[in-house]
Amino acid sequence: MPRRLLRDGRIVDDDWLYLAEAEGNAAAPLILTLAEWQADRDKWLAQDRRLGVVLSPAHKVELLAPDIARFALVGADFSGPSEGRGYSQARELREQWQFAGELRATGYVRRDQLFFMARCGFNSFELPDTDIEAAHAALATFSWAYQPSNDAGLGACLTNGRRHEGAPH
Amino acid sequence: MYRYDAVDKTLVRERVSQFRDQTRRFLAGELTDDEFRHLRLRNGLYLQRHAPMLRVAIPYGLLSSTQLRALGSIARRYDRGYGHFTTRQNIQYNWPKLEQVPDILAELAEVEMHAIQTSGNCIRNTTSDHLAGVTPDELEDPRPWCELIRQWSTFHPEFTYLPRKFKIAVTGAAQDRAASQVHDVGVHIVRGPGGELGFEILAGGGLGRTPIIGQVVREFLPREHLLSYLEAILRVYNLEGRRDNIHKARIKILVKSLGIEEFRRRVEAEWENTRAGGLRVNDADIARLRGFFNPPAYRKLPDTEPAAGKSTAFRAWYRYNTTAHKVPGYRAVYISLKKPDVAPGDITDTQMELVADLADRFSFGEVRVTHTQNLLFADVEQDKTFELWQTLEKAGLATPNIGTLTDMICCPGLDFCSLANAGSIDVAKLINDRFDDYDYLYDLGELEIKMSGCMNACGHHHVGHIGILGVDKSGEEWYQITIGGAAGADASLGEVIGPSVRKIEVPETIERLLEVYVERRQPDERFLDVVRRLGVKPFKERVYAAPAAA
Repeated sequence: MPRRLLRDGRIVDDDWLYLAEAEGNAAAPLILTLAEWQADRDKWLAQDRRLGVVLSPAHKVELLAPDIARFALVGADFSGPSEGRGYSQARELREQWQFAGELRATGYVRRDQLFFMARCGFNSFELPDTDIEAAHAALATFSWAYQPSNDAGLGACLTNGRRHEGAPH
Repeated sequence: MYRYDAVDKTLVRERVSQFRDQTRRFLAGELTDDEFRHLRLRNGLYLQRHAPMLRVAIPYGLLSSTQLRALGSIARRYDRGYGHFTTRQNIQYNWPKLEQVPDILAELAEVEMHAIQTSGNCIRNTTSDHLAGVTPDELEDPRPWCELIRQWSTFHPEFTYLPRKFKIAVTGAAQDRAASQVHDVGVHIVRGPGGELGFEILAGGGLGRTPIIGQVVREFLPREHLLSYLEAILRVYNLEGRRDNIHKARIKILVKSLGIEEFRRRVEAEWENTRAGGLRVNDADIARLRGFFNPPAYRKLPDTEPAAGKSTAFRAWYRYNTTAHKVPGYRAVYISLKKPDVAPGDITDTQMELVADLADRFSFGEVRVTHTQNLLFADVEQDKTFELWQTLEKAGLATPNIGTLTDMICCPGLDFCSLANAGSIDVAKLINDRFDDYDYLYDLGELEIKMSGCMNACGHHHVGHIGILGVDKSGEEWYQITIGGAAGADASLGEVIGPSVRKIEVPETIERLLEVYVERRQPDERFLDVVRRLGVKPFKERVYAAPAAA
């Protein structure tokens, strides 16, 4: 059964494979860990397929900088309910590195964190399959926000706009 | 004071719904203890020794009489008839039932209150000077900036899962009444090179296991950049603060390990990114917030001498429990929550309702919570202080001890807190029993005793002129004594005088410290000044000279 995930506000089947799932499939979009990417960078670069890479919480986003244009997906891994570095990694990717591809939250991802993740720029979420419908509803937990952020993952959910837009720079 | 608009109301109600659902899922077994812990903590809910403890936010310590009445009503109907004010200007309920907490939050929402981010590893309630707006030594009222920070930090998507808790204090006066130098970030309103107002930003202060005074990250920050600069500090901390050891996770440890220069370099580099975003504070936003803190409709009055010809008791109260106001004819009046037989900071439901009524009669319907766990009426006509005192006196709220030895700061200690090693409320009681002679207390002058039941230092013992820390020695409650700490503009950390003492020896130990002070002081020297001049040695010698005759 294919993995379901929440992407751009819709429940969809995942079209990406992790390396362990991709044996014998040289064409499907492929997600690598940063270590896998770094170990065989030239090999992966030569392949004619879409590539993604997942950062661990401790990884600096700058590590991706030289190759960021090659990635159609970047993931940030959440090690547990107290992990919070992925939120900053996401904002840096979106705002400093202008990453416009799929930004995926992996690991410990639950409906209760989803609104915050979406406001930091994540637009796809790997959730426990049992939580996925409720998580979809959780994107609309709050109808306003006090601070400007990066709402790429919220789509139309944040219906009422936001406060403290700030003056143009 | 700030009033909610439709946006604030909507957000707080949505939070109540979210938390109601989270509580339901926990009670139904759909969330594990650990999963629920992270969620409930961000709503101020601890599971404590006897019962849950709910901490309700009082933004920068400001309450309307309506809100205080609601807090009293909640204390009566959901708790055991009292609440406890904390050193961060919040209130705690010690006996709510878990399944009723969503209902309490719903009632709070009706009076524009909440428990959002009052615990957990996130940005906590922003605290400030309880004399904001009325003190003569102020450059600018800090409260509009506090409200701006409150809104920006509420549900901040990036900073709700930090390595550890994060506390911000803002002050605008020469005197620091918010302990800002022992906060994760201290924001001081200062004048810049051209005379314009902006901010000095400190970071890395804190108490707990490793007490540190905050260091200056930026001497002058133009005001429009306040939020983008805070965001830069928080991002550096969120990404680089330690998450492997809870005791090394506060920003103070990061600042200490990097050194202030390297920390500053990283913040400034990150600021190049954050300031480019949409966070510049625009003039319209701050002007709108400032409008909520306009001075009340003061009457034109002369200064008077209300204490002249009155009883000794009133004169003492007026001298210790009232303070200067920048408007002629007015005083700021402390309501002491340090009655000898009551736990410091505790207040009953009926007292809350009485104080609310008195606020309506005497102080424009507003009440403030001080970081020293007392209440304050900011705007009382001098000629009405006697009438006010008479009512407070009857209600047990006029103990004339503000700023003296018995105006102790004290955490809930072993009686209520699952973290504590030792009791603190009962030690406060022993001290009160020993020092019950007001002539002696007044002769000792300004003296701050601060007491914590454990290393977490909720009672700020490191910055007490005399600090008392509860320690566990093979299951027995012992107390380590420090002297020479201070939380004000001249902040310093106390020094340990020697081996810890038994609970019953604490009052005798304090008595001996004070003997040395009385013998060695010069005119106008406070206890703190004498400790700073002489060092710990003479105090230590006296305390450990012979077994305490307890």
